[in-house]
Amino acid sequence: MIWQLDLILLLFIVICAIAAINIKDLMSAVIILGAYSFFMCLLWTEMGAVDVAFTEASVGAGIGTVLFIAAINKTARRSKD
Amino acid sequence: MLEYVLAKYNYWIYVVLMMIGLYAMMGKRNLVKKLIGMNIFQTSIILLFVSMGVKKGGATVPILMGDGHGHGEQIIQVADYLNPLPHVLMLTAIVVSIATTGVALATLILIYKRYHTLEEDEIMAIRKEAAAYKTLGT
Repeated sequence: MIWQLDLILLLFIVICAIAAINIKDLMSAVIILGAYSFFMCLLWTEMGAVDVAFTEASVGAGIGTVLFIAAINKTARRSKD
Repeated sequence: MLEYVLAKYNYWIYVVLMMIGLYAMMGKRNLVKKLIGMNIFQTSIILLFVSMGVKKGGATVPILMGDGHGHGEQIIQVADYLNPLPHVLMLTAIVVSIATTGVALATLILIYKRYHTLEEDEIMAIRKEAAAYKTLGT
Protein backbone atom coordinates (compact mmCIF):
# COMPACT_ATOMS: atom_id res chain seq x y z
CA MET A 1 0.00 0.00 0.00
CA ILE A 2 1.62 3.23 -1.21
CA TRP A 3 0.14 6.09 0.78
CA GLN A 4 0.86 8.84 -1.80
CA LEU A 5 -1.05 6.98 -4.54
CA ASP A 6 -3.75 6.19 -2.00
CA LEU A 7 -4.24 9.86 -1.12
CA ILE A 8 -4.34 10.98 -4.77
CA LEU A 9 -6.95 8.34 -5.63
CA LEU A 10 -9.07 9.24 -2.59
CA LEU A 11 -8.93 12.91 -3.59
CA PHE A 12 -10.13 12.09 -7.13
CA ILE A 13 -12.89 9.89 -5.69
CA VAL A 14 -14.24 12.69 -3.49
CA ILE A 15 -14.09 15.19 -6.39
CA CYS A 16 -15.96 12.77 -8.69
CA ALA A 17 -18.62 12.11 -6.01
CA ILE A 18 -19.27 15.82 -5.44
CA ALA A 19 -19.35 16.51 -9.20
CA ALA A 20 -21.74 13.61 -9.87
CA ILE A 21 -24.42 14.92 -7.52
CA ASN A 22 -24.07 18.59 -8.51
CA ILE A 23 -24.25 18.47 -12.32
CA LYS A 24 -27.68 19.26 -13.78
CA ASP A 25 -27.25 17.22 -16.96
CA LEU A 26 -28.05 13.66 -15.91
CA MET A 27 -26.02 12.03 -18.71
CA SER A 28 -22.86 13.84 -17.58
CA ALA A 29 -23.58 12.89 -13.97
CA VAL A 30 -23.82 9.22 -14.91
CA ILE A 31 -20.57 9.31 -16.91
CA ILE A 32 -18.84 10.93 -13.93
CA LEU A 33 -20.28 8.17 -11.74
CA GLY A 34 -18.62 5.67 -14.08
CA ALA A 35 -15.30 7.50 -13.63
CA TYR A 36 -15.88 7.34 -9.87
CA SER A 37 -16.33 3.57 -10.11
CA PHE A 38 -13.11 3.18 -12.08
CA PHE A 39 -11.18 5.25 -9.52
CA MET A 40 -12.63 2.99 -6.80
CA CYS A 41 -11.43 -0.01 -8.82
CA LEU A 42 -7.90 1.46 -8.99
CA LEU A 43 -8.00 2.10 -5.24
CA TRP A 44 -8.88 -1.52 -4.52
CA THR A 45 -6.14 -2.85 -6.77
CA GLU A 46 -3.77 -0.62 -4.85
CA MET A 47 -5.10 -1.96 -1.52
CA GLY A 48 -4.55 -5.56 -2.64
CA ALA A 49 -8.21 -6.53 -3.14
CA VAL A 50 -7.84 -7.65 -6.77
CA ASP A 51 -10.99 -9.78 -6.86
CA VAL A 52 -13.12 -6.87 -5.68
CA ALA A 53 -11.35 -4.63 -8.19
CA PHE A 54 -12.18 -6.58 -11.32
CA THR A 55 -15.71 -7.27 -10.18
CA GLU A 56 -16.19 -3.53 -9.66
CA ALA A 57 -14.65 -2.70 -13.06
CA SER A 58 -16.89 -5.11 -14.97
CA VAL A 59 -20.12 -5.08 -12.95
CA GLY A 60 -20.11 -1.71 -11.19
CA ALA A 61 -18.58 0.56 -13.80
CA GLY A 62 -19.56 -1.38 -16.93
CA ILE A 63 -23.06 -2.76 -16.45
CA GLY A 64 -24.10 -0.02 -14.01
CA THR A 65 -23.28 2.78 -16.44
CA VAL A 66 -25.01 0.97 -19.30
CA LEU A 67 -28.18 0.48 -17.22
CA PHE A 68 -28.18 4.14 -16.17
CA ILE A 69 -27.71 5.39 -19.76
CA ALA A 70 -30.48 3.10 -21.04
CA ALA A 71 -32.87 4.38 -18.36
CA ILE A 72 -32.00 8.04 -19.05
CA ASN A 73 -32.57 7.53 -22.78
CA LYS A 74 -36.09 6.28 -21.99
CA THR A 75 -36.83 9.13 -19.54
CA ALA A 76 -35.85 12.80 -19.13
CA ARG A 77 -32.26 13.99 -19.43
CA ARG A 78 -32.59 17.33 -17.66
CA SER A 79 -32.68 17.70 -13.92
CA LYS A 80 -33.74 20.74 -11.93
CA ASP A 81 -31.16 20.40 -9.12
CA MET B 1 -3.15 11.70 19.08
CA LEU B 2 -3.00 13.67 15.82
CA GLU B 3 -0.92 11.06 14.05
CA TYR B 4 -3.27 8.37 15.30
CA VAL B 5 -6.14 10.27 13.64
CA LEU B 6 -4.20 10.91 10.43
CA ALA B 7 -3.10 7.28 10.13
CA LYS B 8 -6.73 6.20 9.58
CA TYR B 9 -7.39 8.60 6.67
CA ASN B 10 -9.24 5.88 4.71
CA TYR B 11 -11.93 5.84 7.35
CA TRP B 12 -12.27 9.63 7.23
CA ILE B 13 -12.77 9.53 3.47
CA TYR B 14 -15.30 6.75 4.04
CA VAL B 15 -17.29 9.04 6.37
CA VAL B 16 -17.11 11.93 3.86
CA LEU B 17 -18.35 9.74 0.99
CA MET B 18 -21.15 8.32 3.13
CA MET B 19 -22.33 11.84 4.02
CA ILE B 20 -22.21 12.91 0.34
CA GLY B 21 -24.37 9.91 -0.57
CA LEU B 22 -26.78 10.57 2.30
CA TYR B 23 -27.12 14.23 1.30
CA ALA B 24 -27.87 13.25 -2.30
CA MET B 25 -30.51 10.78 -1.16
CA MET B 26 -32.26 13.22 1.18
CA GLY B 27 -31.57 16.70 -0.26
CA LYS B 28 -31.88 16.25 -4.03
CA ARG B 29 -35.31 16.24 -5.68
CA ASN B 30 -34.51 14.39 -8.90
CA LEU B 31 -35.01 10.64 -8.55
CA VAL B 32 -31.98 9.72 -10.70
CA LYS B 33 -29.83 11.94 -8.46
CA LYS B 34 -31.15 10.04 -5.45
CA LEU B 35 -30.13 6.79 -7.12
CA ILE B 36 -26.61 8.13 -7.81
CA GLY B 37 -26.40 9.05 -4.11
CA MET B 38 -27.39 5.52 -3.16
CA ASN B 39 -24.60 4.14 -5.37
CA ILE B 40 -22.05 6.43 -3.69
CA PHE B 41 -23.33 5.33 -0.27
CA GLN B 42 -22.93 1.65 -1.15
CA THR B 43 -19.38 2.03 -2.48
CA SER B 44 -18.40 3.96 0.65
CA ILE B 45 -19.47 0.99 2.79
CA ILE B 46 -17.37 -1.28 0.57
CA LEU B 47 -14.43 1.10 1.09
CA LEU B 48 -14.80 0.68 4.86
CA PHE B 49 -14.71 -3.11 4.69
CA VAL B 50 -11.80 -3.30 2.23
CA SER B 51 -9.83 -0.87 4.42
CA MET B 52 -10.29 -3.28 7.34
CA GLY B 53 -8.45 -6.03 5.45
CA VAL B 54 -5.30 -3.96 4.80
CA LYS B 55 -2.17 -4.74 6.84
CA LYS B 56 0.98 -2.69 7.14
CA GLY B 57 4.52 -4.00 6.72
CA GLY B 58 4.68 -5.59 3.27
CA ALA B 59 1.62 -7.83 3.39
CA THR B 60 0.57 -8.93 -0.11
CA VAL B 61 -2.32 -10.56 -1.98
CA PRO B 62 -3.24 -13.92 -0.40
CA ILE B 63 -1.77 -16.33 -3.00
CA LEU B 64 0.38 -19.11 -1.54
CA MET B 65 3.69 -19.67 -3.30
CA GLY B 66 4.93 -23.31 -3.36
CA ASP B 67 7.65 -24.73 -5.62
CA GLY B 68 5.19 -26.41 -7.97
CA HIS B 69 5.85 -30.03 -6.89
CA GLY B 70 3.90 -30.08 -3.68
CA HIS B 71 7.00 -29.26 -1.65
CA GLY B 72 7.88 -26.01 0.00
CA GLU B 73 5.00 -26.19 2.44
CA GLN B 74 6.66 -23.98 4.98
CA ILE B 75 4.87 -22.45 7.91
CA ILE B 76 2.54 -19.69 6.69
CA GLN B 77 2.87 -16.40 8.51
CA VAL B 78 -0.49 -14.66 8.79
CA ALA B 79 1.18 -11.24 8.89
CA ASP B 80 2.51 -11.76 5.32
CA TYR B 81 -0.93 -11.84 3.71
CA LEU B 82 -3.90 -9.48 3.59
CA ASN B 83 -7.12 -10.57 5.23
CA PRO B 84 -9.27 -11.95 2.36
CA LEU B 85 -12.52 -12.32 4.33
CA PRO B 86 -13.80 -8.70 3.88
CA HIS B 87 -12.93 -8.89 0.17
CA VAL B 88 -15.15 -11.95 -0.34
CA LEU B 89 -18.02 -10.37 1.60
CA MET B 90 -17.79 -7.19 -0.49
CA LEU B 91 -17.81 -9.20 -3.73
CA THR B 92 -21.38 -10.17 -2.83
CA ALA B 93 -22.23 -6.56 -1.90
CA ILE B 94 -21.22 -5.27 -5.37
CA VAL B 95 -23.51 -7.76 -7.12
CA VAL B 96 -26.38 -6.92 -4.76
CA SER B 97 -25.86 -3.20 -5.38
CA ILE B 98 -26.06 -3.60 -9.17
CA ALA B 99 -29.26 -5.68 -8.75
CA THR B 100 -30.90 -2.99 -6.61
CA THR B 101 -29.85 -0.34 -9.14
CA GLY B 102 -31.50 -2.31 -11.95
CA VAL B 103 -34.77 -2.70 -10.07
CA ALA B 104 -34.75 1.00 -9.11
CA LEU B 105 -34.17 2.08 -12.72
CA ALA B 106 -37.05 -0.12 -13.92
CA THR B 107 -39.27 1.54 -11.30
CA LEU B 108 -38.10 4.97 -12.49
CA ILE B 109 -39.13 4.16 -16.07
CA LEU B 110 -42.61 3.12 -14.83
CA ILE B 111 -42.90 6.36 -12.79
CA TYR B 112 -41.93 8.40 -15.85
CA LYS B 113 -44.51 6.62 -18.01
CA ARG B 114 -47.25 7.50 -15.50
CA TYR B 115 -46.32 11.06 -14.44
CA HIS B 116 -44.08 12.27 -17.34
CA THR B 117 -41.56 13.75 -14.90
CA LEU B 118 -38.87 12.53 -12.52
CA GLU B 119 -38.86 15.48 -10.11
CA GLU B 120 -40.19 14.52 -6.72
CA ASP B 121 -42.04 17.79 -5.99
CA GLU B 122 -43.85 17.74 -9.37
CA ILE B 123 -44.94 14.13 -8.79
CA MET B 124 -46.28 15.03 -5.35
CA ALA B 125 -48.15 18.04 -6.81
CA ILE B 126 -49.77 15.85 -9.48
CA ARG B 127 -50.79 13.28 -6.87
CA LYS B 128 -52.25 15.94 -4.57
CA GLU B 129 -54.19 17.50 -7.44
CA ALA B 130 -55.57 14.11 -8.47
CA ALA B 131 -56.65 13.36 -4.91
CA ALA B 132 -58.43 16.74 -4.59
CA TYR B 133 -60.19 16.17 -7.93
CA LYS B 134 -61.34 12.73 -6.77
CA THR B 135 -62.87 14.01 -3.52
CA LEU B 136 -64.52 16.87 -5.44
CA GLY B 137 -66.07 14.47 -7.95
CA THR B 138 -67.74 12.21 -5.37
